[in-house]
Amino acid sequence: MRLNSWVAPALLFFPLAGCGGVLDPHGPVGVSEKLILTDSLAIMLAIVVPLILATIGFAWWFRASNKRATYLPNWDFSGHLELIVWAIPTLVIIFLGGIAWFGSHALDPYKALASKAKPVEVEVVSLDWKWLFIYQNEGIATVNQLVVPVGTPLHFRLTSSGVMNSFFVPQLGSQIYTMAGMTSQVSLEADEVGTYPGLSAQFSGEGFADMHFDVRALPPDAYAKWVASQKAAGPTLDRATYAALEKPSENIRPTFYKAVDPALFDAIVQETAPVAPGADGGPGGQDQPTPKKGM
Amino acid sequence: MFGKLSWAAIPFDQPIPLITSLVMIAVILAMLAWITIRGFWPYLWREWITSVDHKRIGVMYCVLAMVMLIRGFSDAILMRSQQALALHSAGFLPPEHFDQIFSAHGTIMIFFVAMTFMIGLMNFAVPLQLGIRDVAFPTFNSVSLWLTASAVLLVNMSLFIGEFAQTGWLVYPPLSELKFSPGVGVDYYLWAIQISGIGTLLTGINFVTTILKVRAPGMALTHMPIFCWTALAANLLIVAAFPILTATLGMLLLDRYLGLHFFTTTLGGNPMMYVNLIWAWGHPEVYILILPAFGIFTEVISTFSGKPVFGYRSMIAATMAICILSFMVWLHHFFTMGAGADVNGFFGIMTMIIAVPTGVKVFNWLFTMWGGRVRFEVPMLWALAFIVTFLIGGMTGVLLAVPPADFVLHNSLFLVAHFHNVAIGGVLFGAFAGYTYWFPKAFGFRLDDRLGRAAFWFWVIGFYVAFMPLYVLGLDGMTRRMQHYDVAAWQPWLIVAAGGAALILCGIGCQVAQLVLSIRKRDSLRDRTAGGLQLRRPAECHRPRSLLGYEAEGDRATPPHGLAGLQAHRTAAQQSHRICRSFLCRCDRLRAHLAYLVDGGCRPHWRVRDVRRFRLARSFRIRIAGRRTGEDRS
Repeated sequence: MRLNSWVAPALLFFPLAGCGGVLDPHGPVGVSEKLILTDSLAIMLAIVVPLILATIGFAWWFRASNKRATYLPNWDFSGHLELIVWAIPTLVIIFLGGIAWFGSHALDPYKALASKAKPVEVEVVSLDWKWLFIYQNEGIATVNQLVVPVGTPLHFRLTSSGVMNSFFVPQLGSQIYTMAGMTSQVSLEADEVGTYPGLSAQFSGEGFADMHFDVRALPPDAYAKWVASQKAAGPTLDRATYAALEKPSENIRPTFYKAVDPALFDAIVQETAPVAPGADGGPGGQDQPTPKKGM
Repeated sequence: MFGKLSWAAIPFDQPIPLITSLVMIAVILAMLAWITIRGFWPYLWREWITSVDHKRIGVMYCVLAMVMLIRGFSDAILMRSQQALALHSAGFLPPEHFDQIFSAHGTIMIFFVAMTFMIGLMNFAVPLQLGIRDVAFPTFNSVSLWLTASAVLLVNMSLFIGEFAQTGWLVYPPLSELKFSPGVGVDYYLWAIQISGIGTLLTGINFVTTILKVRAPGMALTHMPIFCWTALAANLLIVAAFPILTATLGMLLLDRYLGLHFFTTTLGGNPMMYVNLIWAWGHPEVYILILPAFGIFTEVISTFSGKPVFGYRSMIAATMAICILSFMVWLHHFFTMGAGADVNGFFGIMTMIIAVPTGVKVFNWLFTMWGGRVRFEVPMLWALAFIVTFLIGGMTGVLLAVPPADFVLHNSLFLVAHFHNVAIGGVLFGAFAGYTYWFPKAFGFRLDDRLGRAAFWFWVIGFYVAFMPLYVLGLDGMTRRMQHYDVAAWQPWLIVAAGGAALILCGIGCQVAQLVLSIRKRDSLRDRTAGGLQLRRPAECHRPRSLLGYEAEGDRATPPHGLAGLQAHRTAAQQSHRICRSFLCRCDRLRAHLAYLVDGGCRPHWRVRDVRRFRLARSFRIRIAGRRTGEDRS
């Protein structure tokens, strides 16, 4: 292990494969995005690598000490070359632009995934500094752990209790911002059993580094069992529990709720959910800054 | 008197900022004491602090940028070492300190290093290239400098008194609103950036006016060196973009101070508006930084290839295309906000289109080298490293412009690697190239070559060692701004990256040593051509001829044909050389005119008008002779 961690940097680009990041996707969205990423990279490398070699080559060949190189001190224009020079990047960009346009439509986070299975509806709330997942149809909720069935589309509706965050599971694909007072959506799917790390990709304050969660992808029957077991025991997430949960806290262990107030998510979006005392909604005109260090 | 200011604002409990700021205060006091003891105050006050001379202001801008580079880089070292250590542990920087450090790093590097360095080099070179005495509004120019310096002071004060923003360098609301950032950090940021922003806006107005309206007679727009064109484009962008910044931050100030709701999450406020507005400034901003760097590289590559710029008009077209397009791409900074496929697709394509003029520039630089005689002087080394590095950075940039790719790479270390790839490889290398290239112009002696080369290699290798691992980490799913992490696979890469930062530290050390050493042995580095004209061996002349209105040295730099022409040329040149022994002498208007007129005759297609030009030059000479007794004391 120790050895590994020192050898790895030496093999600069090898540990890329199978490293749990976006190059190791486990869902259709992530797979398509990886394909677009690698294709675009390949197209660009086709022009960038020759250009890098040409830069070094031209500079070396035309070095002042090379007497064999021709000296063309007056050569500063060529219409044909200009045409080629403008045409090459233009063609590449037309090609890539097509990928961007079609990719942007095919992989629009709001677009529902094509699947026979009925999607699992999950409502996501980014809190300071943890993630709340509400399973609307199942009537359960979790904090800092997302359990999903394999092979079923997941439809997320997301909001935030305060500051902006970004909901991101690198191995499943697209991230999306969570913003207070509004909802965003993203559709993802896990097609293999496993545990995938998820995190916030938008800096959100002091506890940001601990704002990560695990996505446990289970086979459908195991998922059904898990839901049933959740419903059997545990606390309930009502407005009062939410008010306590909403208070800033860091490094929270996964928590599970057997039942959840069905209107909670909408109340958070409407900003009518109760909040803990002390974190009142926005400063009034008369409020003075209350700095931490007493300036 | 002090309002809410109390001893609690001093970070007695945090040793790192406390000791750093005490050391900084000690250094400043020592410098002030030294200046007082040596009796330099009258000189400093008269010749520098109150100077409205564009060259001195340019030099002061560059000094400010270099000092701030050291400050911003110490932040970088802290971040890199923190992240190298912080696996399963808190490292040595608590979150509230780490968050201040990355916010300060970004703010300082963009506003007070990159921006300041580029404005300094523009200040120095543009009026010289245009053949004019000074910018259009010299006093405004001084105001701009001191506004920037005040902002720098404010940002650095936050280290010792209070705190800096803990929100990232663009202070996104709602995090930066009073509710989530009640401390003084965001206020420090807002006031500092408002102050320096106004200074920058004045600079923009000043330079647009200068370049469009105050050129030496005969200096048509299409005769300007490329650096002037890129400076024009950058300053047009400043004039168009900085009011957006000032207005946006003004609204945030109103939110914080008067309880308004522009960007709050309640009562109709909309943080998305802030994100749009800040990037409507922010994206042009990156072109404000990179365009002058492109100009410097164009000059450098042309000079050290001994050839004029290839495709001069094409270069101008590309510059102005980038200038316009840069306003149509801001949304690519937040594809993940959920704007919809059409909007994302449009902005993705617009972003890629910018790669076309940029690509054209790369090709034109290549063809400028083609058929040249490339001398690998230090500025040329920076330029070559720039082309290679910028190609990689540009490629990853276009990759991030593909919305589906951005969905998985946004805000990751891949993004961090990308923008450092273009900001260091483009802007900073450009600043270093320009600094080395124009230094002899400013001070009459060259910078030490060996240490310059050492600094170059440390920087370039250090850059690759520090930032290539970040690409890998980004693909591994590591996001930016993490104070600690639990993924063991990330640590080796972060250790490598910290090693890269250490190499860059050596590079900076070499640069400091280079400056000190070059000043100490300046007599042996004396550039005999400074302020005058090198007639005999133009191809070996280290001095950039472009300063005097040239695009390049080389064939075009040969004197006009015929003995009489040559004679006239030489006489006038010697005259100009005598008058301007010191480059910072006060008779710059006459010198610039004279040099311009003399040099102007060298351009083959101006030969028809030579006679008239030299007659003019003669009349100038008479006037100079009259003023020399009073002026030439230096």
